[in-house]
Amino acid sequence: MRLSPEEQAMHRGEMGKARQWAIEHQLQVGRMFDAEDLVPVSQVHMMADPESVGGAGVEFVEEFAELPETERRVAVPMITDPRGVDLTYYDPLGQTEDMANLERRFIAACQKLGIIMTDTCINYQTIMPPLLGDHVAYGDTGVVIYSNSVCGARSNFEGGPSALAAGLTGRTPRYGLHLDKHRRATRRYVVRQQPKDLMDWGVLGAVIGRKAGSYWEVPVVEGIERPPTSDEIKHMGAAMASYGSTPLFHIAGITPECQQLSDVDGQKLAAEEITPDDIAGLRQSFGAKGEKVDVVVFAAPQLSIVEMQMVADLCRGRKLHAETDFLVCTAPTVYQDAKRMGFNQAIENFGGKVLQGTCFYQQYAREIGEANGWTRLLSNSAKIVNILGGYGYQPALATMEDCIASAEAGKVV
Amino acid sequence: MSSNQQRELKCHIGIGDTVTGEALVADDNFSARYDLDRIKGIFSRPQHALAGKSYVDKILVLNTAKGGVASAWMLYEMKSRGLAPKAILFNAANTILAQGAALADMAMVDRFADGDVTQLIKTGEMVTVNPSEGLVIVSQSS
Repeated sequence: MRLSPEEQAMHRGEMGKARQWAIEHQLQVGRMFDAEDLVPVSQVHMMADPESVGGAGVEFVEEFAELPETERRVAVPMITDPRGVDLTYYDPLGQTEDMANLERRFIAACQKLGIIMTDTCINYQTIMPPLLGDHVAYGDTGVVIYSNSVCGARSNFEGGPSALAAGLTGRTPRYGLHLDKHRRATRRYVVRQQPKDLMDWGVLGAVIGRKAGSYWEVPVVEGIERPPTSDEIKHMGAAMASYGSTPLFHIAGITPECQQLSDVDGQKLAAEEITPDDIAGLRQSFGAKGEKVDVVVFAAPQLSIVEMQMVADLCRGRKLHAETDFLVCTAPTVYQDAKRMGFNQAIENFGGKVLQGTCFYQQYAREIGEANGWTRLLSNSAKIVNILGGYGYQPALATMEDCIASAEAGKVV
Repeated sequence: MSSNQQRELKCHIGIGDTVTGEALVADDNFSARYDLDRIKGIFSRPQHALAGKSYVDKILVLNTAKGGVASAWMLYEMKSRGLAPKAILFNAANTILAQGAALADMAMVDRFADGDVTQLIKTGEMVTVNPSEGLVIVSQSS
């Protein structure tokens, strides 16, 4: 790979041990994916909940935190994905002091590196959305697919270590989604049935993700009749990335790189219809009408302030069933706004709990499920029901309205 | 084939240092998060083709990598506890697991010139993986 004089200096260790590790990491990954050089990035977003980082990962970052200020500070603005422990509310969830302490150590180390603890997977709604053509290094598949597809920014899925490396060097290897050739459509889907609510948009994303099924496939979608809201397309993208490892999609006439099909070479591809059977088939695998509900979860992605208002409005005047728990996960910034607007109070009056800066599946989901006896989980997120099957849950999917009616009834309505 | 006969397999340039070990092969995929009991060092998901088998110090040979961004940290944690494979060979790695291998300093290669690597190598064969050359040398077990 070609390196600039500054990058060569980093590689020789002249800019400290942390940046030397970072650029060596990037060279290894870049060689594997045939990158020719590194590309400067404007922002970095790191996924690093303590459950996945582990004790060894925390120690690794703590070593960098001990370096002199000039050697340890990240080179570009760097923000974080949700935490694994809401330090204001963990014991009641069955999370241990050991989990909280690992979280505290990691936060302290990150802050010494100059990382801004935004603790959010909806940074594109709450922090600083990237622009068309903006090269960034983002973690969290939902963040990456939204930024690539809706904003037109350029990012690969950067795992925590690679995001950390990008923060330290201010660059990332130029492969995959940074290159025009990997942003053209490879699959073409036609939608006939318009999605109506957030769950529908998630289900559509899930169906397309399952069909496309690879990091290197780029779906282009035709037949969407109106621009979705940011929340709707967020659910679509998050589900697509979860079911298909898909980092980018286009919607003809709607997303910025695809004003018309030919902008992404889509006219050359055979069109495949998304049928009512495709949609019904996905929903059916997460149906559980009449079954007892242990926990209702709104998360994955974290809720925007608009979703917080929707949940709060539906909660007013109702009472949570005595044998059902109810959790809502949102970004720390949204939490404060929702508190000011009385949304959190409405959810708590119902009997629910709003968590700040976490996302359910990243907060020791297996352990808290066992501690609370949660098996049947209900959500309107097509993403979360996909993930949690691997963690011992029996997940079910319903609209936001039906989730809250089920929470009141104690069973899936 | 005589017992000292060697086979050379060409692959894409990969990550990590040259290592030698015993192959553990399956036509199945790999998720650090959902397929493994990382405390015991075994494949734990009942549906996995290698369920119940230890991956510790093995050269794992599998089809592709699955799983989200979180798994990038996990190979490092596994290696720090001394309960990790020596190398992982895939038909197609994903970006996240490649990034994880780079952090863990674990050998990883993919994209074999002669086709499906899960058919080219058999469980129990001794395998030397040279990621910087994009070369894998297979010799039959003694």
